[in-house]
Amino acid sequence: MIIKGKKFPGGIHPFYGKEFTQGGATETLPLPDKVIIPLSQHIGAPCKPLVAIGALVKKGELIGETTGTIAAPIHASLSGKVTQVAPSPHPSGNQILSITIESDKQDEWIGDFEEHPDYLNLDPDTTKKIITKAGIVGLGGAAFPTHVKLNPPKDKKIHTLILNGVECEPYLTSDHRLMVEQPQEVIEGLKILTRILGIKKAYIGIEDNKPDALRIMEEAVGREGDRLVETKVVELETKYPQGGEKQLIQAILGLEVPNGGLPMDLGLVVQNVGTAAAVYEAVRFGRPLIDRIITVTGRGVMQPKNLRVRIGTRVEDIINYCGGFAGEPGKVIMGGPMMGPAQFTLDTPVVKGTGGILIFPKEEVSIEESRACIRCAACIEACPVGLLPNMLSVTAEVLNFTEARKYHPLACIECGCCSYVCPSRRPIVHQIRHIKMDLASTKKKVVMV
Amino acid sequence: MVLGIWPHVRTETNVNRIMYTVIATLIPAALAGIYLFGWSAIQVILVSILAALITEAGMQKALKQKITIIDGSAVLTALLLAMTLPPGSPWWMTVLGSFFSIAIGKQIYGGLGYNPFNPALVGRVALLIGFPLQMTTWENIHPFLSGADVTTGATPLGVVQVARLSHKPVPDADTHQFWNMFIGNTMGSLGETSDLLLLLGGVYLLYKHYITWHIPVSMIGTVAAFSGIFWLIDPAHYANPLFHVLSGGLMLGAIFMATDMVTCPNTPKGQLVFGAGCGLLTVIIRMWGGYPEGVSFAILLMNSLTPMIDRYIQPHLYGAK
Ligand code: SF4
Ligand code: SF4
Repeated sequence: MIIKGKKFPGGIHPFYGKEFTQGGATETLPLPDKVIIPLSQHIGAPCKPLVAIGALVKKGELIGETTGTIAAPIHASLSGKVTQVAPSPHPSGNQILSITIESDKQDEWIGDFEEHPDYLNLDPDTTKKIITKAGIVGLGGAAFPTHVKLNPPKDKKIHTLILNGVECEPYLTSDHRLMVEQPQEVIEGLKILTRILGIKKAYIGIEDNKPDALRIMEEAVGREGDRLVETKVVELETKYPQGGEKQLIQAILGLEVPNGGLPMDLGLVVQNVGTAAAVYEAVRFGRPLIDRIITVTGRGVMQPKNLRVRIGTRVEDIINYCGGFAGEPGKVIMGGPMMGPAQFTLDTPVVKGTGGILIFPKEEVSIEESRACIRCAACIEACPVGLLPNMLSVTAEVLNFTEARKYHPLACIECGCCSYVCPSRRPIVHQIRHIKMDLASTKKKVVMV
Repeated sequence: MVLGIWPHVRTETNVNRIMYTVIATLIPAALAGIYLFGWSAIQVILVSILAALITEAGMQKALKQKITIIDGSAVLTALLLAMTLPPGSPWWMTVLGSFFSIAIGKQIYGGLGYNPFNPALVGRVALLIGFPLQMTTWENIHPFLSGADVTTGATPLGVVQVARLSHKPVPDADTHQFWNMFIGNTMGSLGETSDLLLLLGGVYLLYKHYITWHIPVSMIGTVAAFSGIFWLIDPAHYANPLFHVLSGGLMLGAIFMATDMVTCPNTPKGQLVFGAGCGLLTVIIRMWGGYPEGVSFAILLMNSLTPMIDRYIQPHLYGAK
């Protein structure tokens, strides 16, 4: 039975643009000539390169080793020769140490992987080790290393898993297509995750603008019967940012994660549906995470598509495969329009957390000047967290960070709803990030003293 | 290619659109004023708008700021001011009021968004204090469409005040009179007479979500409740609550002025408090004050409390205990 979700406060209804790609079956991008693989594709410490220029690598070979516990290893996504180990453009806009591999056209795997047809009977520690080694991170965008969420501290009793199939970012449809095309892999992933966590309850949250995904996931759950823990598919209102971890928890369970805390404080683990499918593939076939589904979309690209691409594939290769730009490109965004960073070069590669590439033609990019806050309160109404974005904005504008701190900047999830609705076109999220950076820098100073 | 920080999509609503929409919703009531009072009304409106534009452009030029008269906010302020003036106000008085509104009410603080008080009301109250006689007498009215009968004599609130000051019973109104007050067939300031048309404008603003119901409902509700209590106790000396609701500038004030985004509180709860305060003060001034009408003073007084209301009433923070 599909149950209905509750409401979370605030949020917005932007133009969704999902129709460009939601009906298009996922294609696989042919082998690219080269990939550029950044050594930091997750939240946490960057990896250390294990290969030097000239090295020959195979598909699936470990090329970046973790240096801390909150990190995920990095693997080659094709076979060939390492031609560069140097800082390169990363979707975040920074230069990140990356390994460039030129393809030898053989596309060979590094030996045989240890498969586990009996993956449901493995003991949790073995499964966790496989997931850690496979380099899996949250594929919903935050790219938090998955194994960390699966190892909660002893005092946190986890009882419920929530699979996030919301995909609330406008335009993106990769999770949607995954649920429609490969529901079983998501379900198998869910089984593995619930076994690792030793829990009896799970939810799958999906927005009501994906009726086919809702139906297919519900059928898949129904077929499993007792083989699955108690699992409910939840139909959620289509409203951005419904897929924000905290908003999702609020909409499904009516609970709020304590301020400054984590879902595990409520006994919850939230994973993206794509992550669940990746977990299944890693555990069942023993293969590391070297590709993912992304959505290439927007009016600025000739043939919008859902595409399975290798990690490290350059934006340019992907756009070329999709028929090139339609008209003059205005903006190329990695991810969705609400939270995705705009790119200044087409050399940027797809990383594990990339959900899509959105291309706006020039006519669709307008730059309106920002002006004084007219206190219309639209931002306050739109903020899902209950902040006063206008106050954060005006205090940051005059660099009064002491005052700004009174308005809970750290609770901001940077969803961008406030900036979206602002009739004065104030760059509110940007200003809040400024406040956060200032906070972080003063904290460091305190530590140093 | 263009960079720029996310979000990369924005709502279509911008400041100019809000201002011009509010202006548009005021036009029916302003037209009613023109219908009732004729040339006199047209003159007040045009003079007010022209003076506001010149003042704003002049000040911005003098201070070397960007000239923003195109955004519609000065026109809106001037129109609102004109609607609160007696039709037939002498042109110099209109100019002065409009200048006060823009210069002292808005630009002096840094322009739109920084003003603590509703600029139109700043202009009106400056005139009320400076020229009490001209602001409460209705002369020089030259109707060309309507009959002349409504244009002579005092406003309904004026009649009540006279009765009150001479310790006579307040005249009771009948259904017919209430209906006339509702549709606007009555004496009053230029744009405040037709409650019906003001309400229509308000409904559209609610639909566009440029105002919320909280302030109008709590302000009008408080006026009705508070005046109703006194009427129930002593109907001979206190006017019918319906009379209070339908007369004077209450509709105009509650729908278009107390709701001014810049000067009202930000949260729904804060707005309820604000509206109730406006309503309470309005009745107090009408019943015991020196002026027949109290809406303008009430709103301005509450404007001064807006920062305090916003400090004490904040939204629920996600995850806070
Ligand atoms: S203040 Fe932060 S959490 Fe609130 S709407 Fe803006 S970006 Fe989202
Ligand atoms: S939406 Fe923009 S103009 Fe409106 S209150 Fe917020 S910051 Fe100010």
